[in-house]
Amino acid sequence: MTRVVLTVAGLTLREAARRRVLLALAVLTLVLIAVSGWGFSRFAAETGGTLTSGEARLTASILLNLVMFGYSLIAALGTAFLAGPTLAGETESGIALAVLARPIRRSAFLLGKWLGLVTFGAGFVVLAGLAQIVVVRLTVDYWPPSPVTALALLAAQTTVLLTLAVLLSTVISPMASGVVAVGLFCTTWVAGVVGGIGAALGNDGVARVGAVSRVLLPTDGLWRGAMHGFQDPSALLQFGGADGEAFPFLSVAPLTVAYLGWAVLWVAMVWGLAAVSFVRRDL
Amino acid sequence: MWCTGLRKRYGKRTAVDGVSLEVGRGEVVGLLGPNGAGKTTVIKMLLGLVRPDAGEVMLLGRPAAEPAARARVGYLPELFRYQPWLSAAEVLELHVRLSGMDVTADERRDVLALVGLADRAGDRVGGFSKGMQQRLGLAVALVARPEFVVLDEPTSALDPLGRVDVRDIVLSLRSRGIAVLLNSHLIGEVERVCDRVVILDRGRVAASGSLLELLGQHEVRMHLTGVPPAGEARLAGAGQVHREGEWFTVALPVDDEATVPDLVADLAALGVRVHAVEPGRISLEERLLGILRDGSEERS
Repeated sequence: MTRVVLTVAGLTLREAARRRVLLALAVLTLVLIAVSGWGFSRFAAETGGTLTSGEARLTASILLNLVMFGYSLIAALGTAFLAGPTLAGETESGIALAVLARPIRRSAFLLGKWLGLVTFGAGFVVLAGLAQIVVVRLTVDYWPPSPVTALALLAAQTTVLLTLAVLLSTVISPMASGVVAVGLFCTTWVAGVVGGIGAALGNDGVARVGAVSRVLLPTDGLWRGAMHGFQDPSALLQFGGADGEAFPFLSVAPLTVAYLGWAVLWVAMVWGLAAVSFVRRDL
Repeated sequence: MWCTGLRKRYGKRTAVDGVSLEVGRGEVVGLLGPNGAGKTTVIKMLLGLVRPDAGEVMLLGRPAAEPAARARVGYLPELFRYQPWLSAAEVLELHVRLSGMDVTADERRDVLALVGLADRAGDRVGGFSKGMQQRLGLAVALVARPEFVVLDEPTSALDPLGRVDVRDIVLSLRSRGIAVLLNSHLIGEVERVCDRVVILDRGRVAASGSLLELLGQHEVRMHLTGVPPAGEARLAGAGQVHREGEWFTVALPVDDEATVPDLVADLAALGVRVHAVEPGRISLEERLLGILRDGSEERS
């Protein structure tokens, strides 16, 4: 079982490397880091004397969250569009026929694919995010309060989305699975922003939109937790306390343990559904 | 390998309906039938790739539902595709690792050489022609020391030389005691290498048996002149006669060593001049067409 899972996970990573996905992501990340590094350094140079230290930390927090959102979006797109071809594409093209006729359980094969994708997606956001934090430190001398938690939550967000993409790719075509996964990711993010505006305005009905969407697909909830780890604690007060919730690149509260538990359960359930669907499938 | 009562429906269409067959050690069994007869579905059910609605499959002494039953099974699918981003040698390495067998690098190289890909081992599969991919597929099926090999249309993309190679490989598998299930449209191929044949039609077994059983009916073609009525009666007594000018074709219901010599001696004694005697056998192709035609007449 372990042998099969590790072999398939390794194969998935090798596919990402050989198909130049790794190279494309690396180039994209370097460009983003270079551009943001230049932006941060200009920001430091031009606002040197005019901003208070609190304002500077607020702006650095917002910009860092904004750039991190860019990375999480790249990771989401990358893994969602990688999960489709690697799973649904292989069953469609016939590559899976010879592999699954080997003495292996389909659930082990699926777990291997998932593990490979998680390693790839989570590895990407953690490395790119870490590089970005270092760039921010060097340019504007800002270090986030809990970078480890924040990066872990970014990785968790990627894991959630690609688990969904894996489930989708066991039931629909490779292209459709990528489109639906990314579509749902963006919808949840927008619903989270709408909910935040509702909360800031004191409208419970609108606020519930965000809360419900965060339960249905935990990507936005985890993203908000990650932002909370990247931003300066005093930044929110500067921005107007709880009213900051209306702003999409600040997070008012850290994640609760219950919500993290739900995210883990969600991943387990969706993976289980994907396994049931894949095991029962006629190839 | 044996299976019994295999049944599979896709929506309202019954693809396979009560198929039973078996392949013994060192036996080569051919699976024949028209398009859509259910041959590939049967093969996929044997390998656990398609879930049967009913029926039972035993592979190498274990129920096929257990993945371990496939440890010593090699498979070349009809739709053969291999990871285009891997090299031929890496594809074999992957399959060896998944099979859990301990196959040395030398053995893997030998298998690639056997299918004619020795000098392409390090090349990416993505650059292979269809024929080369099918050769690689054959190597994948053979690499993990199989005891049962399933070849689904193994020569569909191969040139005539490749087909001869496949025939030689199948014969060498048989000589090593390895069981082979061969699905092929090429009747000549099946006739040359198979011990037994199973003919599927519309999801059912239309006929099965050894080549001798299926093709048991022999015939003899004779060029005769000066045939008196008594000679014609002697010919008719031997079997059903079909006459084209001076050529007489007699279908022989029994085929023992004496039938043809006795017939020729009797004809000569009756004053018939015998110019030529050609033994003939009904080809598998004729037999297959006959079975399929009978099946469709029965249905209508």
